[in-house]
Amino acid sequence: MRGTNAALGAAGLTAFLALGEAVPRLGIVREAYFPPTSRIASAFADELSDDAFWTALGDTLTGWALGLTIAASAGIVAGVLLSVVPYLRQATASTIEFLRPIPSVALIPLAVLLYGTELRSVLLLVVYASFWQVLIQTLYGVQDVDPVAEETARSYGLGTWARIRHVLWPTALPYVMTGIRLAAAVALILAITAELVIGAPGLGARIAVAQNSQAVPEMYALIVVTGILGLLINVGARTVERRALAWHQSVRGEVAV
Amino acid sequence: MRRVLLQLFFVLALPVLLVAVWWLASDDSTNVFWPPLRTILQTFPDVWTADRLRDDVLPSMWRLTAGFTLAAVVGVAVGTVIGSYRRVRAVCEPVLEFLRAVPPPVLVPVIMLFAGIGDTMKVAVIASGCVWPILLNTVEGVRAVDSVMAETARSYGITGAARLKNVVLRSASPQIFAGLRQALSIGIILMVISEMFAASNGIGFTVVQFQRSFAVPDMWTGILVLGLLGFLLSVVFQLVERRVLAWYHGLRASTRRSP
Amino acid sequence: MLDVRGLNKVYEGSGRRVEAVRDLTFTVDAGELVCLVGPSGCGKTTLLKCMGGLLTPTGGEVLLEGRKVSGPPPGMAFVFQEYGRSLFPWMRVAQNVELPLKQKDVSRSRRPELVADALQSVGLADAADAYPWQLSGGMQQRVAIARALAYEPQVLLMDEPFAAVDAQTRADLEDLVRGLWRERGITILFVTHDIDEAVYLGERVIVLSASPTVVQEQLKVDLPDERDQLHTRVAPRFAELRTHVYEQIQAAKRGTPQDAVKADTPPPH
Repeated sequence: MRGTNAALGAAGLTAFLALGEAVPRLGIVREAYFPPTSRIASAFADELSDDAFWTALGDTLTGWALGLTIAASAGIVAGVLLSVVPYLRQATASTIEFLRPIPSVALIPLAVLLYGTELRSVLLLVVYASFWQVLIQTLYGVQDVDPVAEETARSYGLGTWARIRHVLWPTALPYVMTGIRLAAAVALILAITAELVIGAPGLGARIAVAQNSQAVPEMYALIVVTGILGLLINVGARTVERRALAWHQSVRGEVAV
Repeated sequence: MRRVLLQLFFVLALPVLLVAVWWLASDDSTNVFWPPLRTILQTFPDVWTADRLRDDVLPSMWRLTAGFTLAAVVGVAVGTVIGSYRRVRAVCEPVLEFLRAVPPPVLVPVIMLFAGIGDTMKVAVIASGCVWPILLNTVEGVRAVDSVMAETARSYGITGAARLKNVVLRSASPQIFAGLRQALSIGIILMVISEMFAASNGIGFTVVQFQRSFAVPDMWTGILVLGLLGFLLSVVFQLVERRVLAWYHGLRASTRRSP
Repeated sequence: MLDVRGLNKVYEGSGRRVEAVRDLTFTVDAGELVCLVGPSGCGKTTLLKCMGGLLTPTGGEVLLEGRKVSGPPPGMAFVFQEYGRSLFPWMRVAQNVELPLKQKDVSRSRRPELVADALQSVGLADAADAYPWQLSGGMQQRVAIARALAYEPQVLLMDEPFAAVDAQTRADLEDLVRGLWRERGITILFVTHDIDEAVYLGERVIVLSASPTVVQEQLKVDLPDERDQLHTRVAPRFAELRTHVYEQIQAAKRGTPQDAVKADTPPPH
């Protein structure tokens, strides 16, 4: 069963690549706009042997990782704090509901003025966008704490810190992991966007350069790289989530399906 | 009455406090990049006049609506087909996983090649970025139709279009809405950056113009407008979602009460 | 009315071959209320799904009024055990009852009548505008029964419909089914794993063997038509019948068909 699915998937992928080769070759779209798969593949190979590419990849990953780390830590701390301190959750609800949907790209002009093409520009966008993902999931998770478990912990005289550690955190953990997984994807999108639009060094900036110099196959190759990067991040985050929470029902349910 | 007042207090207290802090902290600011809030608010009505709303905000909204609608139609239709057939799903899955993982903003340069820099480009960018979360969520939702419900439908002869309309799509609707919600925030991002890239009007275009000409207070009003827009769209979306998925929220609340 | 002839169902998948139903032959006459009872996991649900056209049998056939069943026939209605998953939570009670009628091309003017009448007869006339999940489990199963009634089937197939409700609700629902049967004269095939329920409800009880399933015994229930929870269940005849069925099922579990199949002969008094 698994084997058949993998074979079908491979067939689908092959068909997709073959289509990418055939469509421009047959003149259905112009080769100048949509180079055949083989041209993209060779541009891809060229990129891999170019040091500047690896530097750009490193820059993108630095912005992504740093931004994600800051956003995740801030999101978790804020989420737990808001839930533990009485009234804080109610008092901040309206503000969060207002700030969360603000598109982070609105901050692009500000980032340009303040930091130019520095890494900090990227971080501003990445952190703003991914912070909410982690915060919201953490808040959901803490809300999900079984009142009976909480009561039990209280009745045994567990202090605030012990309650956070033994009751609140284990319950919230699956949600936090989901939040981090979502944030990881969003962080990559924003890191690339910042580089693409602002020109901060990285894969995004390299795509912009390729576009401006009409190097179409290179541009496609770089886009494929960002796709692979996104795929690896998704798969990696899901694996970590599953490993860390092998015991948890929500994960088990997902695996079983 | 007291409870209502208390609730109102909780809703308003922090926003008021934050605005007050901003106001006071920035009041005698001489930093060019952080103009006093007073100045920003004074500039606001001068910048966002009726003409500007018509010439910039409206086109942006039109592009977003067109792109989002297109993505919703295509995503739900294709997602339903893929979700209904196990083999089709197996064939498409790896390709879809890859396409979803491509960060949508990199589509802007590609689509510019094909569609130039006009409205078509922007609508195409928005649609092609929004379509993936909708499509993949629809696939999940359609795939997960409850087996007993499916058998009930079959045993009462509910097939074809009626089955699609009354059973499959309704049962997948919570998932579809989750996809639409993700797509909406991606759509706003793409609307803004496609206008920043190349445009002659639109909110994104205007805000970048202000920034390039160092009209800092004007730029700040632009950021506020974008923020407000994001907020309003999410409110509208929530209202629609509450209405359409009222049954789902009720169902979930009722199962939570009695597990 | 309903003929099951040499029914056989084999599940095949990933190299395993499971024979769920071996060889089943029995008939249900028009207007009869027949209970199928057997040890747990004996392929009752498989049998019912084959009869309802939801599964294609591997061998043998099911005839409804002489016509072979291949796919869900319009003359049959199904009531599932999982009422929570069988009613559509996005539709109100009345819409749930009405949906199959739309598919059956019942005229727009006739539909509300049928819906109201069906809800009335299960005692839920007031709940038409509620959503299923706003109702208790027992009431939800009543809705599912109303949906089946409104469909005006010749045969009603019920698959352990009361297995998931509490004991008191269950008693009420049993009386409801018997009442509806007597009132409307429909043919009911009722699957259950509860021996008492089978004897209390049925005019006839078909005892199935363990899987792969064959008919272990058919038994006529010679209790009076007028039954009620209080008196019927303590009647000596009821006790005899249930003991007899119980022994048959124990024998079925051991896999030894106690005497030969005695068709329609009640055990001696």
